[in-house]
Parts: sequence; C-alpha cells; structure tokens
Amino acid sequence: MATTTQVKPEAVTLTNDEILRYSRHLIMPEVGMEGQQKLKAARVLCIGAGGLGSPLALYLAAAGVGTLGIVDFDVVDCTNLQRQIIHTTADVGRKKLDSAAEKLKAINPFLNLRTFETRLSSDNALDLFRAFDIIADGTDNFPTRYLVNDACVLTGKPNVYGSIFRFEGQASVFATEQGPCYRCLYPEPPPPGLVPSCAEGGVLGILPGLVGVMQATEVIKLILGKGEPLIGRLLLIDALGMKFRELKLRKNPDCPACGTHPTITKLIDYNEFCGIRGEEKPVETKFPEMQVEELKRRLDAGDDLFVLDVREPHEYQICNINGYLIPLGDLPKRVHELDSSREIVAHCRSGVRSGKAVAFLRQAGFKKVHNLAGGILAWADKVDPKMPKY
Amino acid sequence: MKILIPTPLRQYSDKQPAVEVEATTVGEALSGLVARHPDLRRHLYTEDGKLRAFVNVYLNDEDVRYLQKEATQVRDSDTISIVPSIAGGR
Repeated sequence: MATTTQVKPEAVTLTNDEILRYSRHLIMPEVGMEGQQKLKAARVLCIGAGGLGSPLALYLAAAGVGTLGIVDFDVVDCTNLQRQIIHTTADVGRKKLDSAAEKLKAINPFLNLRTFETRLSSDNALDLFRAFDIIADGTDNFPTRYLVNDACVLTGKPNVYGSIFRFEGQASVFATEQGPCYRCLYPEPPPPGLVPSCAEGGVLGILPGLVGVMQATEVIKLILGKGEPLIGRLLLIDALGMKFRELKLRKNPDCPACGTHPTITKLIDYNEFCGIRGEEKPVETKFPEMQVEELKRRLDAGDDLFVLDVREPHEYQICNINGYLIPLGDLPKRVHELDSSREIVAHCRSGVRSGKAVAFLRQAGFKKVHNLAGGILAWADKVDPKMPKY
Repeated sequence: MKILIPTPLRQYSDKQPAVEVEATTVGEALSGLVARHPDLRRHLYTEDGKLRAFVNVYLNDEDVRYLQKEATQVRDSDTISIVPSIAGGR
C-alpha cells in the first residue's frame, strides 16, 4: 500500500510520460520542473467528495499533486448530480469514494490516492491531518468546519476553505503560521437552524464548481510557493451579480485556537459546541402528527380539514396537494388568515418546517393542528406515486 | 450609505440585496436597517441588544471589530457589509 511519508521535492523524479503529461506546466517559469516536483511530492487531504470536493479533487489530480487523500462516508444520490461532477448517473447508489477514485485514477494513473471511508471526528482528525501537508475543507456543516479548523491549527496545516449558499460563496486560506484562522473570523457558530443547509436552502449547481476551483488554485499556489495566497483575505463571491469582493481578515490575538494564549489545546465535542446534541435531526415534535394515509382517507371521506402548506411559492409550483399556501416565514404576519376553530393539517416538503409551523400555531392558541408526518415526500411515496419528488 | 445584505438574510429584508440608510456611525446605520426591516433584528442582535458574535460587520473591507466597532464613523460613500457564516459545501 502506498504511504504518505513526506518526500523532499528535489528527491522526486518525473518519468518521461509524466514530463509529457505536465508539459504545459513545465514550460511555465512559475511552475517548471521544480514546481512540478513540488506538486508530485505534495500530500493534500480533501474533506468531502461532494460539491466542492468534486472539482477540487479532479483538478488537483490532473495537475499532478502526488498524493491525494479523500475523506467521505456518503453514497451518491440522484440529487447530487446537479453539481457533484465527479459522479455520474451510473454511480447513483455507489460509495462516493469508489466513484471518485475511479474518475481520479482515470484522469491520472500516476496519482497516489488514499481514501478514508469515515466521518471526520475529534478522534481521527489529528492522525489523519498529520499524514498530509495541506487540508482542503469541502464539508457542509458548522461542527465539521470548526473541527477542520482546530485540527489544522493544532497540527500546523493550512486550511484551504470554501463554502457556499444558494448563489453566494466564500473562500480563504486559514490557519497558516502568520495568518488568521476560521475562528478569528467566526468565533462562534450561529445557533442551529438559523442558517439553512444546501439541502434546505438550495444551491446553484455551478457555484461549488466556481468555489472548488478557487480552492484548488489556492492549494496549488501554496504547494508552489508562488503568487499571493488568500491568507488574511476573505473572498466573497456573488454568482448572481458576478461580483467578487475581498475583505481583510486579521489574526485575533485573543483567538481561542490560534491566539497568543490558546484555550483550545485539543479537539472538543463540536456538535455540543454548535448546539447540536447527538445526530443532527429534525426538530423533535411534541405535537400530534398525522400520517399521509390518514389524511388521504379523511379527505376522501369529506372531513372538514384545512390543509396548510408552509413551503415557498416556487416549491408549490413543483407539486402540491391543493393546500392553502403560507410560507413558514410569513406565518406570523398572516396567521389571521387561519380559522382556529377548524382542524388544520400543516405540511411542507419533509415535515421539518411544518413542525415549526405547528409549534408556532399551538403557541398562538390553535388547538387542533397536526403536522403531516414526512410531508409531501411521504405523500408522493405512499399516496400518489405520480407526484414528483424534489 | 449602503448596507449590503447577504443571501441568507435577504428573506428578512423583503429580498433586497442592498439597503440605503442615513447614518453617521455603524451603529446608527444598523439601527436604521432593523427599523426598516424589523425581522432582521433577531438575526443581528442578541436579546440584550448586542451584535451577535457570528455576525461580522465590515465597513468597506475592514472588520469594525478592529475599528471603533459600532461607534465607527461612516461617510455617505461608505458601504457596510454583513458577513454571516455559511457552511454549505456538498
């Protein structure tokens, strides 16, 4: 099995096949033979083989990065294909690592690929990171963002950061010796539920491509030691306006991770830190749930039920069950449109938002409100198989 | 002056990407913003009226934490950016 021991770039040699393959690099003075040897000697760890991880890994493999590690535990899902370009339709249901490994080895057979089928955790992060030179963060949640940052600070590895939401992205290079870390910018995470994930908020498919390629660019620059890396700078990308802005980041002397008197000297429980207890799961609902089969039966029987749809208008256009539409965010100011004497069944896509709506309505004095378990997705699965799912 | 609203918060600013306010300090500008869009308040401020730690406020390209925070003077030609944490990547 291939190892990830550190090799000095000058000790690395390129075969004639490799020289030909990388000729467009070799004829540039900024890369040249010396730079290409550095790339081959480099060991980069990508966290996640998803939206950001796809372009990152593809370009790093193509560029001739010698050792590429990927950490992922997920399986390719049909809804990934809109943006996770390392995976194809035929890969649906396969492990992302297997699917990614096949493409990367096809692009560059010289690549030493190391795959880690595991969820990055406080127990494994430090050992994993120590075997690499640069960490590229392509994860999708706050606990892992803080975990990656702290593990980078503790092991002294640069954290090439990118994150995305809808059509907005951020990129920077954190945790270098002189530069700030993620915690210098964001000392505390937002409370859970305040910032929607891509699964809830959606994401423009090309955006992770744009941001992932920026991360790949920064990784290559760090390896080559050329140009001006995004250290101490936060790049904001607005794909809709196609505007790029740059903000100054400073190393916070009081930073708990990288400041002058750090208090984070080992990895902590990041779910607890981010206010998430145990696994991330939909808000626990203490309120009565109605199953889709029961709703169907009662509607067919002509019962007086008021179906409240708390999704967004553009979701209603995809599919609906003739519910009365009030998006969750508008509910407080439109609550007067509802009749509290009637029995109300609230639904959304999967049951999370309508759970919040039910909690809100109960608090507002509505007594007969149910949450439709599993939302319109459950309706499509169990009642109307012709209904599209999204 | 102009305040740029990031995507995750636009649902609380009537979908506006930018809001014009009249102000002489950063604090005044933000008060003007939440007066016009009250739904933004709980996303920017804690219950006791302090700016939330996960919300970064920039005057042009500089973090106001390294200027005079909310007392930082502003001019009409300045731009305030609210920079929230986002975590998406998959």
